[in-house]
Amino acid sequence: MAMMTYLEAIRKGIEEEMARDEKVVIFGEDVGGVKGGVFGVTQGLAEKFGDDRCFNTPLTEGLIGGLAVGLGVTGYRAIGEFQFADYILPAVNQLISEASRMRYRTKGDWIAPIVYRAPYGGGVRGGLYHSQSTEKVLFGQPGLRIVTPSSPHDAKGLIKAAIRSDDPVLFYEHKRLYRLLKEDVSDEDYVVPLDKANVVREGDDITVIGYGMVLNHALKAAETLSKEGYEAEVVDVRSLYPLDKETLVKAAKKTGKVLLVTEDNLEGSIMSEISAIIAEDALFDLDAPIKRLAGPDSPSMPYSIALEREFLVDEEKVLNAMRELAEF
Amino acid sequence: MSIRIIEMPHLGESVTEASIAVWLVAEGDKIEKYDPIAEAVSDKVTTEIPSNYSGIVKEFLIEVDTDVPIGTPIVKIETEEDGEDETVEVSADSEDVQEEKSEEFINHINKEIDKEAEEQPQERETKSDAKQSSEPKESSEKSSARYSPAVVRIAQERDIDLKQVEGTGKHGRITRKDVENFDVSSQSQPRAEKAPEQTESHTQSEQKPKSESRPSSPVSHTSAGDEIVPADGIRKAIAKKMVQSTTEIPHAWLMVEADVTNIVKLREKTKEQFKKQEGISLSFFPFFVKAVVQALKKHPIINTSWDNGNIVYHKDINMSIAVATDEHLFVPVIHNADHYSLSGLSKEISRLAGLARDGKLSSSDISGGTMTVNNTGSFGSVQSMGIINHPQAAILQVESINKRFLPTEDGGFKTADMVNLCLSIDHRIIDGLQAGRFLQDVKENLSKFTDESNLY
Repeated sequence: MAMMTYLEAIRKGIEEEMARDEKVVIFGEDVGGVKGGVFGVTQGLAEKFGDDRCFNTPLTEGLIGGLAVGLGVTGYRAIGEFQFADYILPAVNQLISEASRMRYRTKGDWIAPIVYRAPYGGGVRGGLYHSQSTEKVLFGQPGLRIVTPSSPHDAKGLIKAAIRSDDPVLFYEHKRLYRLLKEDVSDEDYVVPLDKANVVREGDDITVIGYGMVLNHALKAAETLSKEGYEAEVVDVRSLYPLDKETLVKAAKKTGKVLLVTEDNLEGSIMSEISAIIAEDALFDLDAPIKRLAGPDSPSMPYSIALEREFLVDEEKVLNAMRELAEF
Repeated sequence: MSIRIIEMPHLGESVTEASIAVWLVAEGDKIEKYDPIAEAVSDKVTTEIPSNYSGIVKEFLIEVDTDVPIGTPIVKIETEEDGEDETVEVSADSEDVQEEKSEEFINHINKEIDKEAEEQPQERETKSDAKQSSEPKESSEKSSARYSPAVVRIAQERDIDLKQVEGTGKHGRITRKDVENFDVSSQSQPRAEKAPEQTESHTQSEQKPKSESRPSSPVSHTSAGDEIVPADGIRKAIAKKMVQSTTEIPHAWLMVEADVTNIVKLREKTKEQFKKQEGISLSFFPFFVKAVVQALKKHPIINTSWDNGNIVYHKDINMSIAVATDEHLFVPVIHNADHYSLSGLSKEISRLAGLARDGKLSSSDISGGTMTVNNTGSFGSVQSMGIINHPQAAILQVESINKRFLPTEDGGFKTADMVNLCLSIDHRIIDGLQAGRFLQDVKENLSKFTDESNLY
């Protein structure tokens, strides 16, 4: 056991997998050398595993996406880092048309065992190009898994599972959680399944479903609400695609009052899909309309600090929405 | 400028309720007088409702697909006309409206309480306090009548009368926890008269009810692989009518056998010529309708309706005829059937059957019937027990015509074309004697046809 931040836990997971399997390579913009990425996730990896296994790429995201596919089909386990999730867009063709279709179009002869890492999320005064949630852009592409950890423990176990998976996995890391969360992380060689949501808190009054920063808001708000006499069931979606319907529907049925929280825009987010699933499968257990709490439908995270705060779902907004639903 | 109200119009006799199938205008639309504003559905007919005013559509007052009594305000129109605004009348006994009012009032109080609460945010309350004090006391007595799917399901499963459950949710709403924690044994009265049946249905079937609406009878046992198909509107209308007929009308049945050899001969002789001249086939059915109409003239007691202790003798003879399509049963009406010749009846029957098959029957085509003749013989039936078409007093089933040997006076045999006539009567109005005499007359009228009878 060691006290570890969310960022350190990701690094630890990558390090363990690179040591375990020499076919694991990692690359991206500023990823190699002594810098080890703009956030420092890959620090020390080049030194430990050599420049052939941890290296820099040009500022060409299409290349990061495509190189990973090429390495994947030739027997490597590639980890491509997009410096910010906002930068994925030039590589979307490689992700969707190539990586996620590889198994399907070769009838399973070829696989693309890739992890695309992408720091996402706002609240870091990053403005338009460094704060966005892009998961909904790539959501709903059969063949492409999307996962995101919301705790250091999950961060290590999930990145290890993603590296070992024969499917391409898009691995979102909430950049505000990088140094915010710290907990004891096991030194053991454990993995967290890529297709399971996680009930992180039990309660029988309302069910809150979220991931990333807002999930941590929900956990804190749940403690406050507990003092007011309401117990919230809190579920970490963790597996964004494909969704773990079983766990989500079960948690929704448990209380019949569901709050879906996301940092993304309200409309067309992953929560919209979760809402549809719950509406289809849990209607006769529902005791209130399925509520979504999300950012406004405005184009992107603003840079102005006042506007950024307005845009972001914070603990107070989550608490108010939870209380309102509990009292309904 | 003033507000005018349009009400659900009368759509035909005995139509007491109708619903809007679709709005043909939107709120805010400018419309002219007589523009169609909506399609209304009653029983089996769809009718366009025209606007009584020119102006702007202000507000829809009822929801689509909800049955409302005829005369219910359905839409507000803002007109150029001067004058006082019409308002939707609040009758003293309309609980719904009153409830709405009190809810509005409670909302208002709650806002005030919320305001105060915001001013003193540091005082956190305990669970029970928070739940009770945030609600004014009255609200639990006048809880809103809208329930969540979970509440309805649990109430059905456990046979809970929701009126007896105290709501702890917002504005006294009954929450899922309220019904889950409700002590059924504390219920003051066993629910309605259906209680034993309902419990039985639960032991029979572990499955959850598939429909959110309260079933009128126990949910039938279903097993894996069974397909559940919701009935369409017309099927539901048929179902409603059949239940009404069989529950309100005490039926009695009689059957006689009639010799129609001459009619068969007459038809055989004239059918080709008739088809050439009139363009439609000559069937047996008009002969029977004719014979029944003639008998009704002599037996007005059959051409009646039971109306709350009164017997209504209908002046007109409006003959309902049953027309089956692949999916549904329609009962259009030959109005003043006594005005028609055999040829005229043929044409009218052919016209109505055509409209029924094309789904184009209008409200007047299906309303006003005073007795029904049903041609069950057309699908080979030889005996049946018809259900009377409410609010009529009788239905006659004409079965299929079959050749038989009959003994003759001289001790020999002859072949004859025989048919069974099955009559169902409303025993509140008609007794066996009257029905028997009526049938004898029908039989006699049929035998009076010869192969020389005139079709025109």
